[in-house]
Amino acid sequence: METLLDLRDAFFNLDIILRASPILISGFWMTLKLILTVVPLGLLGGLIVALLYTVPSRAVRWPLIVYVDLFRAFPPLVLLVFIYAGLPFAGYEISAFAAVSLGFFLNTSSYYGEILRAGIESIPRGQVEAARSTGLSKWQAMTWVVLPQAVRNVLPDLISNTLEVAKLTSLASVVALPELLFQARQAQSLTFNATPIMAAAIVYFVLLWPLVRLLSRLEHRMIASH
Amino acid sequence: MTQGPVLLSVRGLRKSFGATEVLRGIDLDVHERELVFIIGPSGSGKSTLLRCCNRLEEPSSGSIIVDGTDLMARGTDINLLRRRIGMVFQNFNLYPHMTALGNVMLALRRVLKKPRAEAEEIARAALARVGLADKAANYPTELSGGQQQRVAIARAVALDPKIMLFDEPTSALDPELVGSVLATMRELRESGMTMMVVSHEMGFARAAADRVLFMDQGEIIEQGPPTQIFEDPREARTRAFVQQINRH
Repeated sequence: METLLDLRDAFFNLDIILRASPILISGFWMTLKLILTVVPLGLLGGLIVALLYTVPSRAVRWPLIVYVDLFRAFPPLVLLVFIYAGLPFAGYEISAFAAVSLGFFLNTSSYYGEILRAGIESIPRGQVEAARSTGLSKWQAMTWVVLPQAVRNVLPDLISNTLEVAKLTSLASVVALPELLFQARQAQSLTFNATPIMAAAIVYFVLLWPLVRLLSRLEHRMIASH
Repeated sequence: MTQGPVLLSVRGLRKSFGATEVLRGIDLDVHERELVFIIGPSGSGKSTLLRCCNRLEEPSSGSIIVDGTDLMARGTDINLLRRRIGMVFQNFNLYPHMTALGNVMLALRRVLKKPRAEAEEIARAALARVGLADKAANYPTELSGGQQQRVAIARAVALDPKIMLFDEPTSALDPELVGSVLATMRELRESGMTMMVVSHEMGFARAAADRVLFMDQGEIIEQGPPTQIFEDPREARTRAFVQQINRH
């Protein structure tokens, strides 16, 4: 009984929650802001990468492969630290938020780019031919015929990657960006209590669980339709 | 048959894929309201000829003139010209993420820039013409192969083309569904549409074609009215091919 109460006091301490809630809430908003910045930017960058892949030119393809391979192989944490701590040595002062956004953009655009490329390549040639034969331009065929189908085909992968990116935003705590994990650790060291970390963990779960559910349902539906 | 003016004129058309020459100098005139039927063994270049006529394949050399416009000229807006050349494919190539109506409306909206209401009106009329007015809201997967191909025909017809190219339109269909597509093609023919058809439906050719071309190894070996090609071919290769077909 004694130990149970100790556990409760250490991990689910209501008093601590109340005291730490302002700082945790500000951390939550920062995490949300980060996700809502990084995911659209990454998707946009990925779309550009995937579209550039369709250009039949080596001069385009080679730099693209280098870009995608480089940033997929580079650990995102190393990338963040490099941008945040390394760039100032080259004379570029950069805010923590900008550093994190840039680092994640380079990383996620490569991943989203590969996913969207696979989606575009999964669409049969005949689809474009049909569109072109009715007078649609290359870009119109891409916009109205290929992309909608491509996105649908790789939707589970896109969601899965989004989930990964959302989780990776906690890496930003390393470069002192006051997002959820960073704030929780602040609160923990101020209160000498693990409850804020527990609270942060639960917030992450509540935030991301709907995406996990959605992904799972989509995957089941994909399997069912095959 | 009363021959109208020349609508499609092909001269010295050659096409190579790598080292393989698929078309070796094709000369062909198709007149307005004419139905030209192309037969030949697989690999003879008939589909490639068709696909060169709207530049889905880039010819290696030669000239193609459609309705007075040089298809190969630098200044030609190929997208503008293509809507006057309808094409129907072996595998239908309907857009699976759009309804039948959406399939027919896409080019009306995006190429001809018609307002939604007008595009829908034209698209519904085109679907009615192929006997599928009641399927406008259905997705391609909800339609039979024959219905899908008729939607594809409606998609081409809705743009009011001058000429229509059919690339083995019934080859992917179950036998019992072929009839409805051929009936639609015949209706088009009777309305005066100029057509070029690559197909193995010899019965349709006999009944509806003005002229049959026999192609082999990238060349037109023989051409003439269906009775000549099917009953009294002059070339040995034509005779051999026709006999083989008739045996089936």
